[in-house]
Amino acid sequence: MTNHWIDIKNSNVVVIMGGNAAEAHPVGFGWVTEAMEHNNAKLVVVDPRYNRSAALSDCYAPLRSGTDIAFLLGLSRYLIETKQVNYDYVKAYTNASYIVREDFEFNEGLFSGFDEKSRTYDKETWYYELDEDGYAKVDESFEHPRCVWNLLKHHVERYDFDTVSNITGTPVEDYEKVCAIIGSTYTHDKAATFMYALGWTHHTKGTQNIRSMAMVQLLLGNIGVLGGGVNALRGHSNVQGATDMGLLCQALPGYLKLPSDKDTDLETYLDHHTPKPLRPGQTNYWSNYPKFFISQMKSFWGENATKENSFGYDWLPKWDQQYDFTKHIDMMYHGEVNGYFIQGVNAINSMPNRNKTLAAFSKLKFMVVMDPLATETSVFWKKDDKFNDVDPSQIQTQVFRLPTTLFAEEEGCIVNSGRWMQWHWKGANAPGESKPDAAILSGILMKLRALYKEEGGVLPEPINAINWAGYHDSHFPHGSEVAKELNGIDLKTGKQLDSFSQLKDDGSTACGCWIYSGSWTEEGNLMARRDNSDPSGKGITPGWSFAWPSNRRVLYNRASCDVNGKPWDPKRTIVEWKHDKWHGIDVGDFNMKLTPQESAHPFIMQQEGVGRFFALKHLAEGPFPEHYEPMESPIGTNPLHPKVISNPAVRMLDGVAETLGSHKEYPYVCTTYCVTEHFNFWTAHCRLAAISMPETFVEIDEVLAAAKGINSGDWVTVSSKRGELQTKALVTKRLQPLKVHGQLVHTVGLPRHGGYNALTRKSSSCNVLTTEVGDANTQVPEFKAFLVNVTKVEAI
Amino acid sequence: MSTQDIILSSGTSRLSPAAQVRKKLSKVAKLFDATKCNGCKACQVSCSEWNDLRAPIGEFTGSYQNPADLSSECWTLMKFNEVTDEKDKLLRWQFTHTACMHCDDPACLTACSTKDAIVQHANGIVDFDSDKCIGCGYCVTACPFDVPKLDSVDQKAYKCTMCSDRLQVGQEPSCVKSCTTGALKFGTREDMLFIADMRIKQLHEKGFAKAGLYNPKGVGGTGMMMILHDIDDPQSYGLPADPKTSLSIKLWQDVVKPLGAAGIIATVAVACLHRITVGRNIVEEDEPAAFDHSHPSKSDKE
Amino acid sequence: MNRRQFFKLCASSTATSAISALGLLPGKAFAAVREFKLLRAKETRNNCCYCSVGCGLLMYSHGSNGKNAEKSIFHIEGDADHPVNRGSLCPKGAGLVDYVNSPNRNHFPEVREPGTNEWKRISWNEAFGRIARLMKDDRDANFIEKNSDGTTVNRWLSTGMMTSSAQPNEGAYITHKFARSLGLVAIDTIARN
Repeated sequence: MTNHWIDIKNSNVVVIMGGNAAEAHPVGFGWVTEAMEHNNAKLVVVDPRYNRSAALSDCYAPLRSGTDIAFLLGLSRYLIETKQVNYDYVKAYTNASYIVREDFEFNEGLFSGFDEKSRTYDKETWYYELDEDGYAKVDESFEHPRCVWNLLKHHVERYDFDTVSNITGTPVEDYEKVCAIIGSTYTHDKAATFMYALGWTHHTKGTQNIRSMAMVQLLLGNIGVLGGGVNALRGHSNVQGATDMGLLCQALPGYLKLPSDKDTDLETYLDHHTPKPLRPGQTNYWSNYPKFFISQMKSFWGENATKENSFGYDWLPKWDQQYDFTKHIDMMYHGEVNGYFIQGVNAINSMPNRNKTLAAFSKLKFMVVMDPLATETSVFWKKDDKFNDVDPSQIQTQVFRLPTTLFAEEEGCIVNSGRWMQWHWKGANAPGESKPDAAILSGILMKLRALYKEEGGVLPEPINAINWAGYHDSHFPHGSEVAKELNGIDLKTGKQLDSFSQLKDDGSTACGCWIYSGSWTEEGNLMARRDNSDPSGKGITPGWSFAWPSNRRVLYNRASCDVNGKPWDPKRTIVEWKHDKWHGIDVGDFNMKLTPQESAHPFIMQQEGVGRFFALKHLAEGPFPEHYEPMESPIGTNPLHPKVISNPAVRMLDGVAETLGSHKEYPYVCTTYCVTEHFNFWTAHCRLAAISMPETFVEIDEVLAAAKGINSGDWVTVSSKRGELQTKALVTKRLQPLKVHGQLVHTVGLPRHGGYNALTRKSSSCNVLTTEVGDANTQVPEFKAFLVNVTKVEAI
Repeated sequence: MSTQDIILSSGTSRLSPAAQVRKKLSKVAKLFDATKCNGCKACQVSCSEWNDLRAPIGEFTGSYQNPADLSSECWTLMKFNEVTDEKDKLLRWQFTHTACMHCDDPACLTACSTKDAIVQHANGIVDFDSDKCIGCGYCVTACPFDVPKLDSVDQKAYKCTMCSDRLQVGQEPSCVKSCTTGALKFGTREDMLFIADMRIKQLHEKGFAKAGLYNPKGVGGTGMMMILHDIDDPQSYGLPADPKTSLSIKLWQDVVKPLGAAGIIATVAVACLHRITVGRNIVEEDEPAAFDHSHPSKSDKE
Repeated sequence: MNRRQFFKLCASSTATSAISALGLLPGKAFAAVREFKLLRAKETRNNCCYCSVGCGLLMYSHGSNGKNAEKSIFHIEGDADHPVNRGSLCPKGAGLVDYVNSPNRNHFPEVREPGTNEWKRISWNEAFGRIARLMKDDRDANFIEKNSDGTTVNRWLSTGMMTSSAQPNEGAYITHKFARSLGLVAIDTIARN
């Protein structure tokens, strides 16, 4: 979230699209009802299903799953055409005036530079025209035909109401209503917030879904202001922290990059990842990259990181391609993986295409499951009727199941969606011999060290060098010790750092994660602060926990005022230039020593300091979003460009194309989701949750149900090209068939909570049906839009 | 909890007055605003959690509503109804927080013949004492909202206590505390009526012309009031349109109340009559014939 | 005559509401309100482990926090001081006590040997030793020190890790250090789904 939960109360329009806050984030949704009651806000819900968020909406519009980009680009077109644009904001704080290279093109669904064979783009042309100093050329009059504004206008003008409705299935009158409500926030005194979650990421163009919305917010001038923003409602309690900690195949903590084969040495690496400003006078905050990285290496390797050994740079593994879980499970499936650690994840239920995952796991030599609960994953080798049809004697995997503590039994910090680092305390001992994850991994590491010492082996240096020496008990690094390490320390004085501005690139500071700097200073643990006062009344509680970065609650808040530092809306003041000084209710997201004119580039992490309508080379499938069909399309074509149906830049692993079904065999769109009563597969182990929703089901619209003779409670088979499952039907008015491109498209909804080894009734995970094909950038699988067939089961 | 906090008690007809009632204790109420509820079931789960109840894990019944009904181990239940507005054909998914209504004139208490098994506290809460309950089931049949349920094992009746254990230490009921959207509120009845009034005005402005407060007079008003989108159609929320304490009770009150106004003697007479004719009215489920025989004479006398 | 008819007939004889309306009150009526169960219970502050709203929790455990009592959590409710949830919790959060005390918690390290159909309880020492052995054998056999261009890449691809999104940052950082020091590239988080 650029903003935070409480800030939703400041919104005038709340748009829930690509998420379902009432069900997945019910307490966060409480701030929506707050805005509706006390700020007269309107709630707009756009979703294939009339869900529990829609139940409280002022305006609900259905859309076909996987067509959000068409919906949002149509909204952008509407805003531009009806001039409901915050022009002051767009001119000052976006790249609308920047001039794009002459050789950039978009034709028939493809941007310039596409290579069909590799399904990738050569992105050379997706860039600004540069002047002799290397700065981007701009035309503030917006007259240049290749300035971003004109390219954008041209790009979205195809998305008129009828075209959008023809693709999305959203009735035109509903669509117009949504456009009008959202458009109303283009004025300075109104703000809209978008609340989205996995409903946008679980698509083969998930990143572009979000970009399409961010572009709308830029047009309306809604980013960096109270009640506005781009608000990802993160999933798990510490998925924000897990991402901050870089637990991804190409990442290091603090959004630093794990080096690739191209980063042959430290100098090359730093050169590749330290951007140069694209306009004069930019903050370009990533120019500090070397300070963040070298300090992290000092935290990783301690005294073993020296200038002479490039601070241990060579010990970091380098990647040659993306080894995300889909790729790694595919390697497993092909017998190329021997060992797998599964920490607090019920992978066999959560991963796409369960049958393939099961076959892949069965080829492992060993699996280590660390979990507080006895998950289906840990017993993937055990036969359980049709739910897990395996022969244990044929599975040669050694499986270790290690009991871990859970939140109530450990201290530490988790980061909520609003980037609040909240410290929690231990309330009880864990049952039996359970240990915290950190103790388990330390125990294994110490054994490995002993083995390498005894036997020698391949490259033991990093295993010995990794800094465990700073922990009092090398078998269990305590939360407080690691938290201090993450904040960072001045190695000369031994004092905790106050802020990342003190980091150095000469090895004199150590810091695990630069964005966490300031969270545990010499003052103590700022994450444990519990002053809930809100002096401004705007929902900003600076004394409660610590929000990264720098305890800042609203990101990009420089954009809340104009170039001269005057708030766009005096009622929404976050920072303000008054009497030759900056004042504010929040920590400014800029150097507050600069004048308004010097700091008038609020997006300080970007090389140009402005928001991007045109995304340069950052995304795989293009600098502008474009509507592509899901990989399995219910209409089998793309009404805009029939030759390019789905995302052309999607990664297709060998053999996966054959697992995709056609709309002729599998005519219905299936979407998977969580219901309020359950959290993924965990709560199936909680009696109270099991009572409130005892088994899973499939939601079917009344028209389809009537055609198939299905009544609520009947058993049905839901099948995709990848598998099938039996479940009970819930026939509902809340799903409606939609008219799409001359045909009626039915959506069926499948909650994702099925499990067979818990307290709920035995049922199959929805992932028996899902596809592993994922977003071209993040590889997040297309869990939200794939094709199925539904048949009634006569007897079961 | 002091006896002085009790204003009504089942199965009693003592002549001697209780210790001084705390008349100044204000009545409390729960206000459920259906127009703000998102059907999350936090109230339902926290009720079971606080009261240490665990209903059996049931099965899918064709709706999000689980368990299917209230029971001795489920005192609060979210009910789900899909309603199509006739005027503009818009779908409304209605959620009803279903629990004891804490009637001002509680039919359960009136019906209960076991001394002190059901009481009404001065704050308006109707509470069951399971130690005293004999499992006759009168309250179950009497309740116009179909709330109390007999437990199949101990044969005692159970229902929402409005967390009287929390209330006595000054806390709000568990369901109200957990409510995510503020659809449930708790406070004095006066405050709840005021808030309801404001909210209904706001709803009228927002276009919910039929929004209104469900606080049925037939049971003397309720300690749980509900704001509905359409006050003319409580049935669509699973609520009775015109709940009454029961016809026979009403008749009784119509006869006795004027007498009471006339003087204490009449009251004493009635009380004596009641004591003599009824006393502790213990009902055994497996002996229906005996009662068939006995009670025409009772009603004759009255 | 069924129960309902019977009730209707006799209910009027027990109309205590009318009695009390006239000022006659019960003498000795102890409706046993349950004792408030949290008095002096040990209270610990925490945050919900499910979604990223990050609701504040109050956890109540048995014992006075004295050294001889084994603390176990018997009730969890929302923290009214928390500025986001202000005491409220969703149904999952409201039922957290059943996650902490789930009958399906793992208690001991266990191993399932190849081809067998059962768990065998082992000690932590044995678990660490056996896992380290398997890892070292795989790492020594499959570690890639240089790529075909001769660049030092130091990666180990034949073992991977799917990491938790609910453990605290500190555990996550330890996980990161552990994985990268071994040369693991294929680490991923459930952040992706």
